[in-house]
Amino acid sequence: MLQSISLWLTILLVVPVTATFLWVAFSRPAAVDAGELATRSYRLRDWTFWVLLAVVTPVFLYTLTLMPYGADPEAEGVQAVNVTGHMWRWELSQDEFRVGEPVQFRVTSQDVNHGFAIYDEDMTLLTQTQAMPGYTNILEYTFEQPGTYQVLCLEYCGVAHHAMVAELTVTE
Amino acid sequence: MSDTTMEMAVPRGPRNAVITYLATTVVVLLLMMVFGLLMRLEQAGVDLLGAAGFYQVLTAHGAGMVGAVALGSSAVMWYFLRRHVELSTGVFLLNLALFLLGAVLILGGIFVGGFAGAWTFLYPLPQTPMGLWTQAAAASFFLGLLAIGVGFLLLYIDIARALIANYGGLGRSLGLPQLFGRAGNPPPPAVVASTMVLIVNTLGIVAGAAILSMSLINLYQPGFEIDSLWAKNLIYFFGHVFINATIYMAVIGVYEILPHYTGRPWKVSRVFLAAWAASTVMVLLVYPHHLLMDFSQPTSLHVLGQVISYTSGLPVLLVTAWGALTNVYRSDIRWDIASGFVFLGVFGWAAGVIPAIIDATIVVNTVMHNTLWVPGHFHFYLLLGVVAMMFGFMAWLTRAQEKGDGFFDRLGFWTFTGGGLALVAAFLYSGASSVPRRFAEHLPEWAAYAQLGSVAAALVILGTLLLALRFFLGLKRVANNVA
Ligand code: HEM
Ligand SMILES: [Cu+2]
Repeated sequence: MLQSISLWLTILLVVPVTATFLWVAFSRPAAVDAGELATRSYRLRDWTFWVLLAVVTPVFLYTLTLMPYGADPEAEGVQAVNVTGHMWRWELSQDEFRVGEPVQFRVTSQDVNHGFAIYDEDMTLLTQTQAMPGYTNILEYTFEQPGTYQVLCLEYCGVAHHAMVAELTVTE
Repeated sequence: MSDTTMEMAVPRGPRNAVITYLATTVVVLLLMMVFGLLMRLEQAGVDLLGAAGFYQVLTAHGAGMVGAVALGSSAVMWYFLRRHVELSTGVFLLNLALFLLGAVLILGGIFVGGFAGAWTFLYPLPQTPMGLWTQAAAASFFLGLLAIGVGFLLLYIDIARALIANYGGLGRSLGLPQLFGRAGNPPPPAVVASTMVLIVNTLGIVAGAAILSMSLINLYQPGFEIDSLWAKNLIYFFGHVFINATIYMAVIGVYEILPHYTGRPWKVSRVFLAAWAASTVMVLLVYPHHLLMDFSQPTSLHVLGQVISYTSGLPVLLVTAWGALTNVYRSDIRWDIASGFVFLGVFGWAAGVIPAIIDATIVVNTVMHNTLWVPGHFHFYLLLGVVAMMFGFMAWLTRAQEKGDGFFDRLGFWTFTGGGLALVAAFLYSGASSVPRRFAEHLPEWAAYAQLGSVAAALVILGTLLLALRFFLGLKRVANNVA
């Protein structure tokens, strides 16, 4: 979902930027009064600045309401699980969860930095946090579908980094 | 528009020094591109490297590319800054010597000693080799990076000395008095940009040197403990500033070369000065967007990372890109590969920051961080941005004034451009499909993206080869072009 929004937004913005560069590159005829053109161009730029500001600010503020931080370690009614990264395997205190009930992954590492990332059955990345030695990052996630999920490592951790996989099972 | 007579003479010493820089850059660049192709092939299922080899090559490609681009773009900056202040050719060459020393230490650490801790050497991976590399290999890599850092530091000290001697202070060479309304001519673009670069990169390199020294001590004295979150902050502060500075150095070529082709000077307005002053601060503050998935980092820093990522796109797009477009619009510009590459460089920068800014949105980062989306956006503004600007400078130095470009020049340009776009598209599309970055082996369903990426890489290499050839064959023209 977020991935396709990002991809489409990128396409929707990069295409007009490309078109503008091409249009300018081959613009004709030569202007007699470059100064006049520049004045107009910079007036347009000032407008663009305010329009960008007006459009981007609300989007920006909205995205801040979706931040993944600040899970409450004392919260009740969550399934708490300790996750420790090792070179090159995941150690989970529990790997079966119930659908619809928040899971708190308390993620740390025994050795180097790892990245704890959850993928669904279609290998779409759902969420992640870093696994860092000396720190515990709390990632809260609620599974909405029963099924099998994969954990991949998303921080380079040496020669078997790509093979550092675990499986989670989510049931009704 | 004829551009035969605009150039100031450049004496032989500095001229040859710049050429040596560029020649070194192109050779390293080509080698690292071949490394890039090998990685893409590995991911496509053509197993030439093996996992251990892949991660060594990844480490070399990261460090080598960053170094090569820094070298080439500092040649652009130095060449144009020389027109305004007196710089030491000796110091410039000393930097090159330290770079070469560093390159030998880095390549030795990787391919002799087996080091594969990635160019970001995140603590404590280099110190935890699991039998794949020796302590000496890691030390060699650290010392190599330090040597390169020291070289650049010396170069910036010389530049600071020259700017202060000429303008009476760095605030003045940044154009602050004119920004705040003082009358009089502001400094030229090359001076403003160089001032910004030397300020931020000095701070960046000092932070880098600090964490490198600590890592080196820890390697031999594990009792000397390092906090991994602090280490990561220092490393990404250094890494982000250093790689970004390459763009700010190379863009000087845009300000200087494009006006020769359009016949319209690049005016230093107050908006221009404001943009560079703001960038000086923003480049230093934006690095927390690399740590958005470190939930233990204070949330205020995460928010800062997102805010500054959004705003630091503005100077790029609204000053340099808008300025370049205005400069070219209906100017009857004569396109050749020099003007073409410089213009392409502005495009690559402007377009490349779009997926970067999207990724710096915290909620997006939870599904994009450390996927191939990231190499997707940075190859966009590094390959199609900085490298294109650098190629523009090289093509401009070696241009054939009467004859213009030949078929192979144009072929090189379009192969590079088309291949580069495809390479970036394959990375971005993979990232949007959740494919992780830095994976030696990809799942079968991802192989097609890597295959497309491999073809794209081959095209980029072909284009670069043609342009490198033109550069080396055209070297005899440099003397005529700039003397
Ligand atoms: C033919 C051109 C190029 C090709 C084929 C290429 C290919 C690659 C590949 C396959 C990766 C690893 C992606 C992964 O994480 O799986 C990579 C990473 C990288 N590339 Fe390139 N690249 C090219 C040009 C460049 C240029 C011009 C630069 C810099 C100016 C650059 C800088 C980097 C950096 C910094 C990394 C990150 C290394 C790391 O993750 O540690 N590349 N490139
Ligand atoms: Cu790992």
